[in-house]
Formats: sequence, C-alpha cells, structure tokens
Amino acid sequence: MSALNRKVIRDLRAIWAQALAIALVLACGGMVLVLAHSTERALSETRAAYYDRNRFADVFATATRAPQALLAEIAAIPGVAVAEGRVGFHLLLDLEGMVEPAVARVISLPLAGPPRLNVPILRAGRLPDPARPDEVALSEPFALVHGLLPGTRFVALLNGARRELQVVGHVLSPEFIYTIGPGSLMPDDRRYGLIWMGAEAAEAAAGRKGAFNEVSLRLSRGAREDAVIAALDGVLAPYGGTGAYGRDRQGSDQFLQGELDQLQAMGRILPPVFLIVSAFLVNMVIGRLVATERRQIGLLKAVGYSTAEVAGHYLRLAALIGAVGVVIGWAAGAWLGQAMTALYADFYRFPWLIYAPGPGAFVISGVLGMATALAGAWRAVRTSASLPPAVAMAPPLPPAYGAGRLDGLPRTLGAGQLALMVWRGITRFPGRAAVTVAGIAASVAVLIAAFSTYDAVRAVAAEVFGAANRQEVTLTLTDETRAAPALEAAQHLPGVLRAEGGYALQVRLSHGPRSRFVALEAHEPGDLMAHLLDSAGRPVALPPRGLVLPRGLAAALGARPGDRLRLQRLTPPYEEWDLPLSGVIRQSLGQSAHIDAETLHALLRQSPRVNRIDLRVDPARLPALHAEVKRSPVISGLTLWSDLRRQFDETLRENLLISSAIYSALGMLITLGVVYNAARIRLAERAHELATLRVLGFTRAEVGWVLLGETLALTALALPLGWAAGYGFAALMVAGFSTELISIPLVVSRQTYGFASLMVLGTALAAGVAVRRRLDRVDLVGALKQRE
Amino acid sequence: MQATGTAAPPVYRTQGLTRIYGQGDGAVQALRGIDLTLAEAEMVVLLGASGSGKSTLLNILGALDRPTSGRVFFRDRELSGASERALTAFRRDHVGFVFQFYNLIPALTARENVALVTEIAHRPMPPEEALDRVGLAHRMDHFPAQLSGGEQQRVAIARAIAKRPDVLLCDEPTGALDSQTGVKVLEALVAVNRDLGTATALITHNVGIQAIAHRVIVLADGRIVEDRRNATRIAPAQVTW
Ligand SMILES: Nc1ncnc2c1ncn2[C@@H]1O[C@H](COP(=O)(O)OP(=O)(O)OP(=O)(O)O)[C@@H](O)[C@H]1O
Ligand SMILES: [Mg+2]
Repeated sequence: MSALNRKVIRDLRAIWAQALAIALVLACGGMVLVLAHSTERALSETRAAYYDRNRFADVFATATRAPQALLAEIAAIPGVAVAEGRVGFHLLLDLEGMVEPAVARVISLPLAGPPRLNVPILRAGRLPDPARPDEVALSEPFALVHGLLPGTRFVALLNGARRELQVVGHVLSPEFIYTIGPGSLMPDDRRYGLIWMGAEAAEAAAGRKGAFNEVSLRLSRGAREDAVIAALDGVLAPYGGTGAYGRDRQGSDQFLQGELDQLQAMGRILPPVFLIVSAFLVNMVIGRLVATERRQIGLLKAVGYSTAEVAGHYLRLAALIGAVGVVIGWAAGAWLGQAMTALYADFYRFPWLIYAPGPGAFVISGVLGMATALAGAWRAVRTSASLPPAVAMAPPLPPAYGAGRLDGLPRTLGAGQLALMVWRGITRFPGRAAVTVAGIAASVAVLIAAFSTYDAVRAVAAEVFGAANRQEVTLTLTDETRAAPALEAAQHLPGVLRAEGGYALQVRLSHGPRSRFVALEAHEPGDLMAHLLDSAGRPVALPPRGLVLPRGLAAALGARPGDRLRLQRLTPPYEEWDLPLSGVIRQSLGQSAHIDAETLHALLRQSPRVNRIDLRVDPARLPALHAEVKRSPVISGLTLWSDLRRQFDETLRENLLISSAIYSALGMLITLGVVYNAARIRLAERAHELATLRVLGFTRAEVGWVLLGETLALTALALPLGWAAGYGFAALMVAGFSTELISIPLVVSRQTYGFASLMVLGTALAAGVAVRRRLDRVDLVGALKQRE
Repeated sequence: MQATGTAAPPVYRTQGLTRIYGQGDGAVQALRGIDLTLAEAEMVVLLGASGSGKSTLLNILGALDRPTSGRVFFRDRELSGASERALTAFRRDHVGFVFQFYNLIPALTARENVALVTEIAHRPMPPEEALDRVGLAHRMDHFPAQLSGGEQQRVAIARAIAKRPDVLLCDEPTGALDSQTGVKVLEALVAVNRDLGTATALITHNVGIQAIAHRVIVLADGRIVEDRRNATRIAPAQVTW
C-alpha cells in the first residue's frame, strides 16, 4: 500500500467516531431509499404476478339484473378477451361467539369449473360442488378468525330465514387483497367475510335466477379501456348498469395503489434530507482536517505531488466514509425492507410474496451516497489542494484571531469570560455554526413530520368519530325504501333512542373534462348525528340548492364554489343535472358529494327514501338490537361505531408505532452526527485553550460548559428554524401521503413541537456530553505543547 | 578540504530575479534583481539578515514560488513561465527540500515518510538506505511524535535525498536544533553532497556554518551583496555555534 493510502487509513482511524457518525446519517438516506424502493417493488411485483396468474379482471361493472345471454354480446365488444358474469350480494351471518351479526359478501361460482377471471386460490379444502347448494368456500382470514375449518357449518340469514351452510374450502382472491366491509373504515376479518357459492344457489338466494348482476372483463392486448367501458355501459344500460370502471376504481387495487404511491413518496421526500445533511457533515470534517493539515499539503506539493493527487487523497478519505455509509444503508435497507414487506403481506392478503429487490435501488443509493460524500469533501478540498507549496516552507501560522465585529457584544451584555469564549467560538466559524444549526433544524423537522402523523390521525379520529358522526349504530338496508315507514320501524327496534335516515346513490360527477364516480349523500337539515364539517371542524349547514364537496374532491375536479357541476345518475333512467358547487368541506376519509335531502328527492321525483339508518341506542339493550337485526330481512349490515373506533385505533397504532420509531431514530441520528462532529472539531481546535483554562484553575465543569454552552446555544437557535421547517416538511408528507380516498389533514400540535424539541435537545446534550468526557482525558501538558 | 565544482556546468542560472509580495502600498519587494549561477555538486550557504529574501530565493529555485520578473533556468530548462504541472513534475524529479520545521506527516512512520517521495520518484534509493545514510536505520518504524527534533530533521533529509535529487534546498535545517543535533544534521547533508554529488543550497543564520560550504552568498535587502568561495572547508563537527 502506498504511503499516501496508509495516511488515508490512519486519518480515518483517528476520526473514526466522527466518520461513523457521518456514515450513519448517510446510511439513513440510503436505507430509506432502499427500504422504500425494495418494498414498493416487492409489493408491485407480487401484485403483478398475483393478478397475472389469477387472471384479475381489467374492467368491472354491476347492473341490477342482466340475462345470461347478454354475456355473449359483452364478449363481442371489440377489445374484450374474456367476459364473465356472476351474482354478488351481501348477507348477514349469525356466528357463534358473536352477538352482533357478521356481514358477508357472496360471490357466485360458474355452473361448472372454476371461474375464468378473478380466480380464487384454494388455501384449504376444495371449491363448492355446484350441485350442492349448501356448500361454500370462505375467505381464508375470515374463516380462520372464526375457526370455520372445512367441514364445519354456520348459519347465514337469507332474507330473514336461517340457513345452514357448510364450509368446504378456504380461498384468497386477487380481487380482495384489501377488503373493507360496507360502512366500515378498515379491513375487519371478524365482521366481514367473503363467501363463494355455486351459481344456482347464489342466484336463488339473490332472487336472480338465470341472471347476473356483476360482470368482469379481461381486455385483449392493445385494447382501449375507455372505449370498452363506454361500450359496456351502453350494453348494460337497459339492465340497470351503474357504470363500468377499470382497476383504478376497483376497491382493493385502489388502496394497494395508494400504498405504493405512499412508498414512492417516502422514497422521494426523505432521502434528500439525509444526503444533504451528510454532505455538509463531510464538508465540515474534511474541511477541518484540511485546515489542520495545511502544512502537510504544502509539503506534499513541495515534494512533487500534484494538486489532483493531493485532492484525491482527501477525496479517498471522504469516499471511504461514503462507502461505509452506503454499505450500512444497503444492509439496513434490505433488512428493514424485508421486514416491512412481510408486514405488508400480513396486512394485505397475498397468498405469497416475491421479495426480489433489484439492483436498481442499491445502485441509486450507492451512487447518490458516494456522490454526496465526494461533493461534501470537494468543496473543502478544492481550494486547499491548490495551496501554493511555499506554505510548507513558512513557519506555522499563529491562529488567526483578529477582533471580529460582533466580538464585543456579550461583554456589553455583561457576560463572563466563559460566555465570551462560547460566543467567539460561534462567531469565529459562522459557516460551521450554520451547518450545525441547519442540521439540528433538519432533525427537528424530521421528528415533527414523523410525530405530526399522530396529530393527523387524532384529527381524523376526532372528525370521523366525533364531530362528523355522532350516531352509535348504523344500519345498512338491503334495498332503499321509503323513509317515513322505515324510520318509524327503526324507532321501535329494541333500545333505539333516536333514528335518522340517510340516503346515498352513486353518481358520476363532472366538471369540464374531469369526472369522478362518487357517492352522493343526502342530508336532512334537522339531522343531529351525521354532520358536515368546515375546514375548522365546525358543523356546517347544507345550502338548500347546490352541492357541497370535500376539498380534495373539488380540487381533483378543478372546481371552485360557484362553478356548475354535472351530475349523472348511474342507474336508470340515467338522468343528468347541473348543480352549482356551493361550498367545500373537510372530509378525511372517503370522498363523497353532499346534497340537501329534499333537493335530491325533488330531482329524483320520488318521495323521501333511505338506504341507511343512523341510531342512538341504549347500550344495555344492544344484544336485543342485534338479535332483532339478524331476524330482519331488510337489514344487510350493522355498524357499531365504538367498534370501528377501536379497530381504527388498533390498526393505526401498530403501523404508526413502527414508522414513528424509525423516523425518530433517523431524526435523532442527524442531531447526533451534526452535534458530535461539531463538538469534536471544536474540542480539537480548542484543546490548547481549554487546557490553558484548566491550568489557570477553572474546574472541569466550568471548562466543559464552554463546549456544552456552544452546543446548547446552537440547538436553541436551531429549534425555531426546525419548527418552521418541520411544518413545511409535514405539509410535504401530507401531500405525498394523501390519496384520492384519504386526505390527511395537516395538523401539528404543540405536543409534537415540544416532543420533537425535547428529543433533539436531549440528543444534542448526549452528544455534547460524550465529547465533553473526552475533554477530561485531554493531557494538559500535551495540549499546551501542541502546536497547530 | 579543497574547493571543487568550479569548472562544472551550472545547475541553476538566474537573470534579474525580482519578487514582489502584495500590491500597492502594502507591496514588499523581497528580491531586487538576483543574478546567480549554481554549479553541479556545489554546496552553497546563503546568509543574510532576517527578511533579506533568502527563503524567497530558495522557494523560487525550488519552483515552490514564481518570480515577479526575471528568468530562472534549471540546466537547459527555463522554469520561469513553466506551467504548474511542469513545475510539479520538476520538483518531483529533481529537487529535494529540507525545511526548518521538518514537515513530516505525523500519520506516517519515518520509513513511510520517506516512501512518500520514493513512490513518485524516477530512480529512488530504498527508504531504508536513505534512512541509513542519515544514521536512523534503527528508528525506521517510529512515528514523528516518537522522534526527537534532530531525528525528525534527519528523517526529512532522508526523505529529501531518497529520490537522488539533482539539487537539495535546505531552509534553516538546523534552525530549531541544538548544536550537537545540528552537527549530525549537517554531517548528513555534507555526506550526501560528497557521496551523491548533489548540488546543495543551505540557508542559515549561523555564520559558523558557512565554513562547511564551497561557496557563500550573502543577501541583504533582496540583493546579493557578497559571493565568495571558501579556500578551505571544515567538517561540521568543527563548526563553532
Ligand atoms: N507571503 C508573503 N507575503 C508578504 N510578504 C512576504 C511574504 N513572504 C515573505 N515576505 C516578505 O518578503 C521579505 C523577504 O522574506 P523572506 O522570507 O524571503 O526572508 P528571509 O531572508 O528568509 O528571512 P528569515 O531569515 O527571517 O527567514 C520579507 O520582508 C518578508 O516580510
Ligand atoms: Mg526564511
């Protein structure tokens, strides 16, 4: 090994702790990059393979009732490769160990053989025998939660009548990777299941003999999806078609896509922060090294090393730091990526997982990591490497202490000598102070952004379970029905204190060329339970005419209050209306349009109707209510809001705990890296000065405060900057993580500011104290002799 | 000892060298027209008051610095006006430096400090041989911090001679040393000059040292005020400090 390379290794060994601190910050950037990309890749590849093998459909549509013969006509639409019809509907189950009814979605299987599209994967047992109407296959997670193994029987409530069904198999389906039951917010394997049933039995149960109400299409290569959708809509219109849609509106895929988008956002937003901070750290440390080695550089130049060779020497040092960071980042990213993918696989229902992180993310993070380290070093090395070699001849320079402009300030303020030293230390090296402050601020920002997700979730929960929905129970009706008698009947259900109706229908909402399929929800002016909220979270009244949309939906349509929107009914007679957008509201989960009930019923030219009933109930009488609901043929689902809340909290607590633990570690690492390095450099620079203080009789503690004082002062300076940056960063995350279905509110609570600040302050102090302890070990005599 | 090298062709030739530091009111004229010829294998001592321009002249000869005006020739090559790259190559191939403050790389051992130069030289001697010549064969694997000042300076000499340079330029090599250590350093320099025939220029404030050289040049205020040959030379051990 050449002498110069030996020097690189020894230099690195001498600053190993600082180098490691930088490498760790750099590693964070690489880790997030690899983690996000490899997880995203694993999920999307798994999804693609699953969709492909199990022939997930491209286009979906529902109708009220279409004759089997229509399928041939659908299959003949240009671009359609395969068309398959089936019957689908919801029913209630009366399961052992559950007081309240569970809801199941029934999916019919073809008369013979397995389906050609959306093929379920058999996980246990077999598919039902078409000739045996009581045989069913269940979705695996639901079956396992209830212990419904093949061979067991359970009771379904078909049109109010109890019917025993036999489980013959467990399946998973590409259509239901992520499934939310009606009226629910989260997947719930206890309360919501899927039942695959022979065609004849299903048709009989749904009262649709020889007909289908759901159709799936696989397109041929090169087919234009929108053309096929338009054609399919035309074919289904006479049979109550409600508008065909592609995978982009298929519930399960839509959620999965949202998750993938979030992972991409994470991979885009976070790594730059770490890379930039580590570039500055490398700059700070190499800059300091180069400054102390001025004469060595002069010597190397004098004996014939070229500027490029000298610069290369220091760049190699930076490259080594970069390489360590990159490798740690790779390892941590790959490990966490695998763990996270496993978590996702658990949350989503994939039958298997393809975890094959391609070289892409590793290459990108490697290149970025090395580029970061080299760029940071380059600025420090560039000028010094071209130092004229004559400095090697010159005697060592005395430290450049001239009177700075701000030097007198602390004295004017009556501060003591030690405070003066702290002050000078900061003002003498404003560049380094700025890097330290910026790094600490970045740390605070990352923590604030991480903790603000808790604030956001709390805000969503307060909205969804507090201000917007004050009902305790929601009943979903099998079919829409006239409001007055339904509410009258609901009032007489056991334990009901108050009942309010709700009515929603699917519409296509357009503004100019943009359109969305949404639920249009009707509201009665006197409703006390379901509320609309303005952006501040206060209930708002609906204007008598006109629509109210959530902010996100209005933005997606490019509509502002006053604009006219086109509404198209998706069921016969497919009328269209023009209505003004009269206001925007806050709605975090789901995106629906809202309208005054009377206005809507007038447009529909029908008497007031409901398809949902909200209840306030006497909790003591809930069991009786459940029993009654199970007997009722007109109720297809019951949502207990306290249960929803519990489930919401549980799901999010788990997910948020993991992610915020990771983010906290990342955020604190930045502070650690920045403060530790700044303090180490400061200690090296001032060893002589501080040793002199000790010789003069100052105590260790007093001298230590010169070091810690600077750290604390810079941290204090950084906190407000961090708060501002954190708010901005949280806004970026919210924007990146919001999807069309979930609009995350931007909320940063005082606790978040406080907690992030405390964590950073604590980390900075810990790093400062670690360096301070080295001060105790400084050899007084040696430090005094040492010449720089 | 008798004077040698008078008939040999010159290693260095300068014409009207000037060097001005800074500009305007703060400008300092360090050299005011130096015409000088240095012969092969010659050992020259440069004397002069502090600030007289000795270091400046040596730096220009060693291509560490450039003259403000005037010309410098190394053998047939003109150094004044050469590119930065050419000057670096020139230093690498032809010049050995010894500085007052040793200028060793603290992170490298004695042997490695020498290797630093031999690795980039054309026909170097092994670092061990160079260290042996300055009497440090037994301290090769020590770091600078583990060596005394004189030992460090001898490592610096070993580093300077290891590449078999054509010229050896020494700026107050004994300036930081006591007399006994200084003698050892001078002995090393004289031995190299004698054994390898390396032309040597040596700056010193110690007037006694001039007697070890073939030739003595005295500078004052940026000019050569005296240039004489020693009829006889003495051995470093006889120098009075
Ligand atoms: N980098 C510089 N900038 C400005 N002036 C300089 C610089 N280097 C040297 N000088 C000035 O040039 C003049 C000659 O300096 P030089 O270092 O050559 O003197 P010297 O003879 O080597 O002195 P000494 O014996 O003290 O080393 C001095 O007046 C000095 O102040
Ligand atoms: Mg000098």
